Amino acid sequence: MNDTHVPAEGGLGKPLVVLTDVNKHFGDLHVLKDINLTVREGEVVVVIGPSGSGKSTLCRTINRLETFESGSITIHGTPLPEEGKELAKLRADVGMVFQGFHLFHHKTILDNVTLGPIKVRKMERKVAEEKAMALLKRVGVAEQAHKYPAQLSGGQQQRVAIARSLAMDPVVMLFDEPTSALDPEMINEVLDVMTQLAKSGMTMIVVTHEMGFARRAADRVVFMADGAIVEENTPEEFFTNPQSDRAKDFLGKILTH
Amino acid sequence: MLETIQEYDYWAAVVNTLELTLWGALWALVLGTVLAIMRLSPVRVLQWAGAAYVTIVRNTPLTMIVVAANLIIWTQLKINLADPQSSTYIVDNGMRLGILAVAVYHAAFVCEALRAGVNTIPLGQAEAARSLGMTFPQSLTQVILPQAFRGAITPLGNALIALTKNTTVVVAIGVAQVSHAMRRMIEFRPDLLFQIFGLVALTFVAITLPMGLVTGWAAKKWAVQR
Repeated sequence: MNDTHVPAEGGLGKPLVVLTDVNKHFGDLHVLKDINLTVREGEVVVVIGPSGSGKSTLCRTINRLETFESGSITIHGTPLPEEGKELAKLRADVGMVFQGFHLFHHKTILDNVTLGPIKVRKMERKVAEEKAMALLKRVGVAEQAHKYPAQLSGGQQQRVAIARSLAMDPVVMLFDEPTSALDPEMINEVLDVMTQLAKSGMTMIVVTHEMGFARRAADRVVFMADGAIVEENTPEEFFTNPQSDRAKDFLGKILTH
Repeated sequence: MLETIQEYDYWAAVVNTLELTLWGALWALVLGTVLAIMRLSPVRVLQWAGAAYVTIVRNTPLTMIVVAANLIIWTQLKINLADPQSSTYIVDNGMRLGILAVAVYHAAFVCEALRAGVNTIPLGQAEAARSLGMTFPQSLTQVILPQAFRGAITPLGNALIALTKNTTVVVAIGVAQVSHAMRRMIEFRPDLLFQIFGLVALTFVAITLPMGLVTGWAAKKWAVQR
């Protein structure tokens, strides 16, 4: 599978996130069908597909915000633990950025970014704040540090959400349609931060409808339809020479205008 | 009228009503929060126990709980809530039984008010907390409860007002508070019936009206902006 793939920093990294025969149902609906996916260190995988194809569910399953019925998911070779302290520990290493930002509404921007490091990593407040300010600067919202989430634009909130995840020093970052809730003029400011992050060597799994981002930043594109992975390839190959009818149909619908 | 107020120690009764309200509300808040945590927890048994408590207590008349506290805890189990050697033993013990009954009853309403507060929080808040690696207690204390309390100020205020007025029920076990003084005043001065009723009504309005105003103001001030 996928011999042509070249990760961002050159040379194949070690397998980091490995999904093997993962199956999940929502009632009668088979939302994940025998999913097999290996994401290597430093790799940026973009998951695309029509609405309801299961791509968001796939993303949420990787840090067990969704349960699954059969198969296995391992991170650095360790299987996902059941609910409890062990799972919390694993989640601390897996960053997650949501479509709806989900910043903590009752806390300032700075407190949003320091909360995880202080409570989960037991970092000293002063150290955590310095680190948070550096991250906020990196995503371009340092001036907003003492405001509340509701005072920021959607694009700014999403960049804070990225900083909040990065503050935990994650080994992999999951993005669940990070720009889908944004006004058009704010999409690029978020994609720029994500592109930088991809270039810095972060391992990323990104569910998105942004084909430009997929072309620009992805090492591999995974195309899902009806709960199954239908096709995966380099962005170049996938966009210019899709193999499956489903992918051709999907690309035909979104790329013609 | 003024003489009657003094003769029947009305102000002392008002102080007792305030004391019942304050301590009853504090314990109800503590117990109600514990119940809400039980109902929100991922542990089935705790959820079930919390739900059972709320369902049973909320649907039991307060008078029965007050009398039951007296008969079961004191008369049957002989558990003293005050020092039996103390000269004010009977009064203190009755007062504490009254506080206990009021707290036990209103904890059910505090629990439901808090759950209503939790329902104002988008699901994503808890998911974000979990995805950062927070444990259930951490996400509860750092993310869920702070927002739940702020979203529940108005229903908690309503529960407080109801609790204040419901303290009158402890007259059933002879605790000397406003309704107790009222009964004695009416018994001995039936000629002042309307004045006495008016006085008691005004007393409660004077206590509960500020509660409504303060909680209304606080609910606005501390509303979580989303």
